[in-house]
Amino acid sequence: MTDKKEWPLWEVFIRSQHGLSHRHVGSLHAPDAEMAILNARDVYTRRNEGVSIWAVRASDIAASSPGEKGPLFDPANSKVYRHPTFYDIPEELGHM
Amino acid sequence: MSGQDALFEYLLRLGDNALILGHRLSEWCGHGPALEEDLALSNVALDLIGQTQLWLNLAGAVEGKGRDADRLAYHRDARDFRNVLLVEQPNGDFAVTMARQFYFDAWHYLLLRELMGSKDGRIAEIAAKALKEVTYHVERSREWVVRLGDGTEESHRRMQAAVDDLWMYTGELFESDEVDQAVIGGGLGPDPASLHEPWLGLMRATAEEATLTLPQPGWAQRGGKRGIHSEHLGYILADLQFLQRAYPGATW
Repeated sequence: MTDKKEWPLWEVFIRSQHGLSHRHVGSLHAPDAEMAILNARDVYTRRNEGVSIWAVRASDIAASSPGEKGPLFDPANSKVYRHPTFYDIPEELGHM
Repeated sequence: MSGQDALFEYLLRLGDNALILGHRLSEWCGHGPALEEDLALSNVALDLIGQTQLWLNLAGAVEGKGRDADRLAYHRDARDFRNVLLVEQPNGDFAVTMARQFYFDAWHYLLLRELMGSKDGRIAEIAAKALKEVTYHVERSREWVVRLGDGTEESHRRMQAAVDDLWMYTGELFESDEVDQAVIGGGLGPDPASLHEPWLGLMRATAEEATLTLPQPGWAQRGGKRGIHSEHLGYILADLQFLQRAYPGATW
């Protein structure tokens, strides 16, 4: 068992029935891309959740580091003018 | 043999193949080599059990003695089961399970495609529904045969052994008897022999891709379609039927 090779990890994205964009649903292990798609079908779409599957090798995803959270995101907090909350919306327009 | 009797037998064969293979696959539940594979095998098992319900309910309706799918599944003895010998063979290692599955799936796919054109609308309807599931089954089992065959030295050795050991159970899939003749004559289903060449074509193409050697056509084990089974079926039925035999009509 010691030399047993683990299958690589894949992140799975599914587009739901309703024409929304692909959404991350979870991850799984698979030996290659084709099997990752088949496994994703079995693990994540058993109840008719989707119409399209993307599988991406987890190692190919570039991610921001949790330690960088402050410098990356905090400066946005004090800039309320970036949120369009100061406009009066005519009633006829309804909910935006 | 009357047309109705032959149709009943034929439907039992379709239902029992799905039931016994579905049960075999369900034995993997909780024992799959990886979580993903465990789920996939269980999904295929559930698809097959779902198809069993459709075929056996129709069989019961054709028979006209008030037996439904549950009654037929749980209250017949081994001698009355009509599945081919291939599907009752033990799971063995993962390569054996996948070789058995690929042999069956490829045949099942070709058969259902023909049954969609059955003159009996009920058969055509079930076949159309099952074909969608089986199209996926054969894709998955084929992928595994290729990967294990063209994988490591050990996986190749095991896959080749599985392909060799189960080969003698494939001949029965393409033989016909008076039940098949009645079904062919009534335009209800295809001649089993007509599926052989397309099946072999799929086997050859897959074996080549998987760097496997297909066994030569040889002596075939037969009997399941007529109720002559290997010893394995008795153990399967002991598992499958225990509850309904011990507590008839139990529900939960």
